[in-house]
Amino acid sequence: MGSVRADSGAFEHALAQLGERSFETKGEAVATIAASGDERALPLLKGLLAGDVYLRTSDQRLVFAEKSDSGYRLRDVIDGAELGEAGSRDVKKVAVNNSLRTQLRGAIAALSLGSSNPLVRLQAVRDMQGDAGAVAVLRERLPREEDPQVRAALELGIALADLGAESAEARLAAVAALEGSLEPAVRNRLANLAEQDPEASVKAAAGKALAGIESRLQVYATAETLFFGLSLGSVLVLAAIGLAITFGVMGVINMAHGELIMLGAYTTYLVQQALPGALDYSVLLAIPAAFLVSGLFGIAIERLVIRFLYGRPLETLLATFGVSLILQQLVRTGISAQNVVVENPGWMSGSVQINPVLSLTYNRIYILIFSLLVFVALLLLLKRTALGLQVRAVSQNRAMARTMGVRSARVDALTFGLGAGIAGIAGVALSQLTNVGPNMGQAYIIDSFMVVVFGGVGNLWGTLIGGLTLGVANKLMEPWAGAVLAKILVLVFIILFIQKRPRGLFPQRGRAAEA
Amino acid sequence: MGMLRALRGDTGGQAMLVVLALAAVVVPILNLAVPEGTPWHLSTYTVTLLGKYLTYALLALAVDLVWGYLGILSLGHGAFFALGGYAMGMYLMRQIGDRGVYGNPELPDFMVFLNWQELPWFWHGFDLFWFAALMTLLVPGALAFVFGWLAFRSRVTGVYLSIITQALTYALMLAFFRNEMGFGGNNGLTDFKDILGFDLQSDATRVGLFLASAAALALGYLACRFIVASRLGRVAVAVRDAESRTRFIGYRVERVKLFFFSFSAILAGLAGALYVPQVGIINPGEFSPLNSIELVVWVAVGGRATLYGAVIGAILVSYGKTYFTGAMPEVWLFALGGLFVLVTLFLPRGIAGLFTGRRALSPKAAGVPG
Repeated sequence: MGSVRADSGAFEHALAQLGERSFETKGEAVATIAASGDERALPLLKGLLAGDVYLRTSDQRLVFAEKSDSGYRLRDVIDGAELGEAGSRDVKKVAVNNSLRTQLRGAIAALSLGSSNPLVRLQAVRDMQGDAGAVAVLRERLPREEDPQVRAALELGIALADLGAESAEARLAAVAALEGSLEPAVRNRLANLAEQDPEASVKAAAGKALAGIESRLQVYATAETLFFGLSLGSVLVLAAIGLAITFGVMGVINMAHGELIMLGAYTTYLVQQALPGALDYSVLLAIPAAFLVSGLFGIAIERLVIRFLYGRPLETLLATFGVSLILQQLVRTGISAQNVVVENPGWMSGSVQINPVLSLTYNRIYILIFSLLVFVALLLLLKRTALGLQVRAVSQNRAMARTMGVRSARVDALTFGLGAGIAGIAGVALSQLTNVGPNMGQAYIIDSFMVVVFGGVGNLWGTLIGGLTLGVANKLMEPWAGAVLAKILVLVFIILFIQKRPRGLFPQRGRAAEA
Repeated sequence: MGMLRALRGDTGGQAMLVVLALAAVVVPILNLAVPEGTPWHLSTYTVTLLGKYLTYALLALAVDLVWGYLGILSLGHGAFFALGGYAMGMYLMRQIGDRGVYGNPELPDFMVFLNWQELPWFWHGFDLFWFAALMTLLVPGALAFVFGWLAFRSRVTGVYLSIITQALTYALMLAFFRNEMGFGGNNGLTDFKDILGFDLQSDATRVGLFLASAAALALGYLACRFIVASRLGRVAVAVRDAESRTRFIGYRVERVKLFFFSFSAILAGLAGALYVPQVGIINPGEFSPLNSIELVVWVAVGGRATLYGAVIGAILVSYGKTYFTGAMPEVWLFALGGLFVLVTLFLPRGIAGLFTGRRALSPKAAGVPG
């Protein structure tokens, strides 16, 4: 900062010069300001170029002026302080002519390129990419640039400019340099070149480079489709995995599963309402809360209804369907019949830009990861804990498990509560992706059953693979079939698949499967 | 009259048919002969409502035939009902002719709106009543036959079957919501003018449709009763109670199932065909899984494997729905949901079971599938 202070006298002197009438003096001032290294130089020069810099007539002070309703809003050039409003007669524009403009452009570019922040440099290069006059600055900067990203942008800018070069060799070299670039500008220019270039060799090379770019675009488009498919698949897995417990392990058809998901989503809404200031954490808080709410509802359903109906799956189906209607109406009467708004926390909005044509949204990435975490946690719970052992024992042979001292009624209630709680967690995740309303559960119940049945009942891995497969298949078909038809095709496929393999992708083996 | 012999011993069914016959005499008189404004007059609205309930009863009968006697819990019977309804709706649509908003004599309004130039191939023939009537039975029957042939041959049973029937109706709902399908998309088929030359808005036509529904219900009941009382019916019950054993004895289980399932779908299609001219609209909402599952509760409330119980259940629950959704809409889903839970927990044999309850205490002995 020392050098800045030392030069600040020269900087302020130059500011005074800018107020003079003569363009020559102004030119000198611009040169001094550009060389000062002062951090205020860049905004000032940009302002001059844009015609935003004015002279206040009362005290000859340089100001940034912004048009407002009643005149101009003024800001001091030196310290940035707000100077209030002024009428159009109180200020006078600092005029610039063409030669001054050229000087300003060069100075701005050089200043930006000289910034110590690579992001500022990158932005400067991007700004100059379309500008034929700026190529010299880019060329000059290239040997000194160390940041690889900025270097790549510099080379791209130079090559883009060289596409219009006089000599065919230069154009050929530029085409070669641009091969594989995904920037939309490159594609347009190459397409032009492939059609209109007078030199046949350049034409051919441009066509080839263009084809290469198109095929890379295709690859990334496929990658994007795969990502959307996996994202949809992860939602399906989340929705279905609780069902994989209640239906797969316990053999209970729970038609209220979708409503347990809905309760989880509404819990997220209520937690957000209760903690309006803590948007970033409330979603995380909602996870255990939703697990508890849906889990307790699940245990209540098991104790009050399902336990009287074990061994009668069709009756269970009907009774739990009744429960689902009651839960829907409960939410409708208790909270609202309309959809409610669940906010996304800051860290879940936005997206990560992989390259110019591929960007992945954060909420989908987090939910993909989250569903895998839930899956692993559940797998560990079933395979590594005492409760998991008891759950598996009861599901394989209830009578034998009871003889060994397992309290099967308690295990039933806990297992059902676990499945319901997972549904609640799924609801938290879904609240970040879709509308939250009393009917949202119904949209997931059929999909969830399809995933569980497709993957193979009683097999958590089957649910994971089945869910991801169906998600990807759905998205792969969407481009040519449309969203609705793709869904129909997936449903028809599963219906036919079940005919062929009634026990799903990964059937349970052994005696338990026959029961 | 072999069919009537099937009624022997079926006191509930006899009572139901007598009530139905009485209604078929009294309702037209009260509506047409008794002058409007007198206390005994029955409004045309009520006649249509009753007619609608009768088509629901026929639909419930179809569900009870496969659920009560064969143990197949179909969660997709609403699809067969809706397909029958659409076939009838297509006939009624063609009868509008040039009286539509756009006045196109050939194309229904929604096709003109979508800028279609000619009638899609599957709409041809629906201007003829006999063809449309045949289709109301054939389309649901054929779908059930193909679906059942695939499912029963590979021995998809129990809950799995229930879920794929639900997926079937869900997929059809999504499909019919599409404008490209050529069935009016979201709005479905509506604005009907007349049927067989009779004005659909006139009292006499409404009474005629009511009578047709009553006749269809009576005939449907007799047919079901006839099937159930026959040898085939007894095999079906055997399949329901011990499928593997029946197969080992040498019966072709999947053929029994296929016949019952297809016949049941045809009955459902007939019900749908009678339903549409009375309510005046058919749209993809009829395919919604909720509708299909609601009609299962009619049968559960009335009592499974009695046939007449299904009729009672359909009429009672539908009346309850009409009453509650009008008087206190908040309560309806609570009531319906509670009905599901309470009936399965405390009334496994439905209302019909209340009358015959002392005969057998355990569900198994009473022939109710477990």
